[in-house]
Amino acid sequence: MSRRRQRLRGAGGLAVGTALALTLSGCAGFGELGQAPGVTTITLASVNNPQMQDLATLIPQFNAEHPDIRVNLLMMEENDLRNATTQDVATQGGQYDVMTVGSYEVPIWGKNGWLADVTDKMAEDPSYEADDFFPPIKESASVDGRTYAAPFYGESSFLMYRKDLLAEAGVEMPERPTWQQVADIARQLKTDERAGICLRAKPGWGEMFAPLTTVVNTFGGQWYDDQWNAKVNDQGFTDATRFYVDTLAESGQRDPVSFGFTECLNLFSQGNAAMWYDATSAAGSLESESSAVKGKVGYVRAPVEKTENSGWLFSWNLAISNESDSKDAAWEFVKWASSKEYVELVGNELSWAQAPSGTRASTFELAEYKQAGGEFAPLTAEIMQEVDPKQPGVAPQNWVGIQYVTIPQFQDVGNQTSQLIADVVAGRRELDSALNDGQQIAQRAGDQQKQEEGK
Amino acid sequence: MSTAEAGTASHTGATGADRATKPRRTKKPKEVLVGQEKAERNFARLLITPALVVAVVVTQIPFLVTIFYSFQNWNLARPEARSFAGFDNYVAVVANGAFLPSLWATVLIVGGSVLLSLVFGLILAVLLDRKFPGQALARTLLITPFLVMPAAAALIWKWSMLDANVGVINYVLSLVGIDPVAWNTEHPALTIVMVLTWQYTPFMMLILLAGLQSQAGEVVEAAGVDGAGPLAVFRYMTLPHLRQYAELAVLLGTIMMFQLFDPVNIMTKGTGGTKTLPYLLYERAFIGQQVGEAAAYGVITVIVVLVVANVALRTLFKVFTEETK
Repeated sequence: MSRRRQRLRGAGGLAVGTALALTLSGCAGFGELGQAPGVTTITLASVNNPQMQDLATLIPQFNAEHPDIRVNLLMMEENDLRNATTQDVATQGGQYDVMTVGSYEVPIWGKNGWLADVTDKMAEDPSYEADDFFPPIKESASVDGRTYAAPFYGESSFLMYRKDLLAEAGVEMPERPTWQQVADIARQLKTDERAGICLRAKPGWGEMFAPLTTVVNTFGGQWYDDQWNAKVNDQGFTDATRFYVDTLAESGQRDPVSFGFTECLNLFSQGNAAMWYDATSAAGSLESESSAVKGKVGYVRAPVEKTENSGWLFSWNLAISNESDSKDAAWEFVKWASSKEYVELVGNELSWAQAPSGTRASTFELAEYKQAGGEFAPLTAEIMQEVDPKQPGVAPQNWVGIQYVTIPQFQDVGNQTSQLIADVVAGRRELDSALNDGQQIAQRAGDQQKQEEGK
Repeated sequence: MSTAEAGTASHTGATGADRATKPRRTKKPKEVLVGQEKAERNFARLLITPALVVAVVVTQIPFLVTIFYSFQNWNLARPEARSFAGFDNYVAVVANGAFLPSLWATVLIVGGSVLLSLVFGLILAVLLDRKFPGQALARTLLITPFLVMPAAAALIWKWSMLDANVGVINYVLSLVGIDPVAWNTEHPALTIVMVLTWQYTPFMMLILLAGLQSQAGEVVEAAGVDGAGPLAVFRYMTLPHLRQYAELAVLLGTIMMFQLFDPVNIMTKGTGGTKTLPYLLYERAFIGQQVGEAAAYGVITVIVVLVVANVALRTLFKVFTEETK
């Protein structure tokens, strides 16, 4: 691993050296060649998912409006992007002017002073309508009331179920189901061929623990209390995990530990599961032409137990590096990409199903989007406004975030704990002993956090 | 190249056995070079210096840098808080108790896969070591798994072979009345061994096949004349002849499988005794973001491998013991 890093750094050094040599010889990089004076180049480091690829195809439109700004786009796979941008902002590299940053990192980086504060810039231009953003989405891109990134698209989680199968069995899905009700329905609909419900159990903080943490929240548990004491082997966490593991065993999919988002999507869209609790963004695929369950799927809010809501919240945001030399040009671009007009541009130029949603209330009011979004779009809009990333559970917490804890160590804590729970799912371990081990792992990170906040 | 080496090794092996019985060799008298010879030697040294420097830089610098990292307190998420850590990373490696289970998992999975693929490779090699129509085609088809990229192989096994609903293996089991097995959940280590065995059997087969084809036909014929049946020929003539080929296959197979990463990342995510050393390192570096700790794991792994390899190569493997005598 570290050898690979070393090689990468070496390559980086070489590139820097070459660039320097070119600059010295009066030939400053290929990007600047033949460029008119007064043109600012900004570099955008972006994750390579479909919404960002759409953005890339529409950059010429931005150039038409802003001939004085040139956008240099670098697309990377999510993990690579995370490593590259973390390195850059943390070492004050300033290679990237604009970066796509997930809602897990925005608060951490904002707090560290690595991102430019865009609160005032957002308020400056009334036509940008900063109040149009869903409050939870904006909160998860903010620290202490200051916003550090412009939301680009967002998602929550909800329960998807097969209307035809429930009708056949004579069961009705409540509008706001509880987890107990969902477990009962799952038990009834489970057959040898078909899972009653598909729940992610593939280890990983972003796989198993995305849905499981929302279950923990609504069962009255949490990862940490507001003093950074770990709560992994407490009552709420234990109840939730036991419920999750038992539901999987009784009416979940076969071979649960293999199943993450992609696998559940595959299973459900082939008609081999009666229910599925996962990201709202999955609905688009379920209603597409290639899906065997198109038009047969109903959507309701994430099941609850002790809280009002339990949907999660995730967003990709456009953030400006604090080290950028051209913050104004960068903001012009960020403003354009996160504006209402951009959503319409995607709808008109590409297709309405591709429009980045989940961040602005106005998107869900567009007639064309409503039509493309069918049954799930209005519900998604409601959920996005209801969830509370500041306190998703019963007890108060010290971070903004629902299905994760916004501290750098959480990916490690979540990952290791999910592996322990996978052993419980497979029947290799007792739940209590697994959670006791998880508690120790979580407490180590909590102690570090206490130390940092104490200083 | 590997078979050529094995070939020469087996030739020296025959004489090596006699030499071993002789008393220890006497020390070579030191040659003293003068004048022209000395200048030639120095010139030759000068000529190889660039190559030597490149070799040292390419092979040793990354390792030295790893050692340096292992003494650093360096979290990727907090790069500004980088500092000298002393032996903290090594203490962490020992204290958190992940290393030994991981080492054990690596030994079990790699050892199991090497043995299984050696056995299957031997069977296939024996079957291929005869003339039949379509021999070349059969050989090519049998080699294919070794040419598939590890990540692609893992995906094929995950989605097509072992899937709990539509997997080929569960379908075959259902034909004989066995209930579907949740492979990844219940037998994660076994699934990894299956993928590795599938991938490396052709490799073992190729080396053993080369061994079989280098066996002199007269020897087998003579054994037949002396009244040995096919089984006896195989047991007493062929197997001993294959020993050095098998050793080489085991050695190279172990080295390659030791780097096991793709199937673990794609199929099991390190659960249920499949957290091998490469995966553990990856987790510490890119999920835990502890570069220093990951480097410490790397350094300890190298030390363990060096010790084990030294002992194993010097005692178990005839290929090496014969050559050094």
